[in-house]
Amino acid sequence: MNPIAWRLATVTAVRDETPTVRSFSLSIPEWGGHRPGQHVDLRLTAEDGYSVERSYSIASEPERAGVIDLTVERIDDGEVSPFLHDVVAAGDRIEVRGPIGGYFVWEALGSMATEPLFLVAGGSGVVPLMAMLRHRARSGAHNPTRLLFSSRHLEEVIYRDELDSLAATNDGLEVVHTLTRSQPAGWMGYDRRIDDRMIAEVLAPLGMGSRSFICGPTALVEVAANALVRLGLPGDRIRTERFGPTGT
Amino acid sequence: MADDTTVDPVEGQVLDGNAVGGLLATAFGAEMTEVPGECAHCGTVSMVGELRAYVRAPGTVLRCPACSGVVLRVVETPNATLIDVRGAAYLRFERR
Repeated sequence: MNPIAWRLATVTAVRDETPTVRSFSLSIPEWGGHRPGQHVDLRLTAEDGYSVERSYSIASEPERAGVIDLTVERIDDGEVSPFLHDVVAAGDRIEVRGPIGGYFVWEALGSMATEPLFLVAGGSGVVPLMAMLRHRARSGAHNPTRLLFSSRHLEEVIYRDELDSLAATNDGLEVVHTLTRSQPAGWMGYDRRIDDRMIAEVLAPLGMGSRSFICGPTALVEVAANALVRLGLPGDRIRTERFGPTGT
Repeated sequence: MADDTTVDPVEGQVLDGNAVGGLLATAFGAEMTEVPGECAHCGTVSMVGELRAYVRAPGTVLRCPACSGVVLRVVETPNATLIDVRGAAYLRFERR
């Protein structure tokens, strides 16, 4: 079916990930599947005809047929995310179109299945990267993979338990956290914003043959991408996704 | 993130062309984010998905990541979609 067409999806489940982040499962009729890293556009229309659209990354792996998960951070002054958080419940219907975007995609196919993979996330920028990691686990890929994940506080780490479980399977995935605002007692990990030195240290075991996907706020994306270029990673192996006003 | 207060108020709202892939797919009738195009200003070839997207203008402006020249502009009115491609020397669509 035409990915550009708007379709009515049904919310089948809602669950909290962190105090400000919630996941929504959507059942979409005739959903033709997606690729890990793609997004959907979501449209809300008021009774007077006013409508707003926002893009949200798909969090789930394509192996789950007919259903996608979106993970949405509540932006207090946003137009769409407060509605999703405060109003939407299982059984509600929402207009979506997609999947969209072949540019920011990683699949366990061809050389990508074996090349080292370096993922960098800030906050809810982890969402499209989680689709890649869930797909990677389901596909049985064992390529060396590292996720460098920046969060403000430990309790704000999205998918924390699932990331721990994925990393515990010893399939080549390592997750490295940095907590920029507060750290629990005894925290041994990074405790600052992502910088050149951190990128160099976390990339080092993977080497310059890596493919990199970076998603987060613009400032984090710029720092991480520029650091990778300076380290010598070819520009065509670095894919970025900045989030901002369309993600609110 | 809220602690990125040093970001320029305009540059802080820049997205990638990938983020407006739905709008572009509607305007062009094709998935556009992996379509390469040459910037008419500086000659850099970028995929549409890696252009810089400015979405707070009236309409959507896509700029070259190398020289910041305007490559594409898309404006939706109630009755029509206008696409300005003067800043693109070419867009390359693979036959599949």
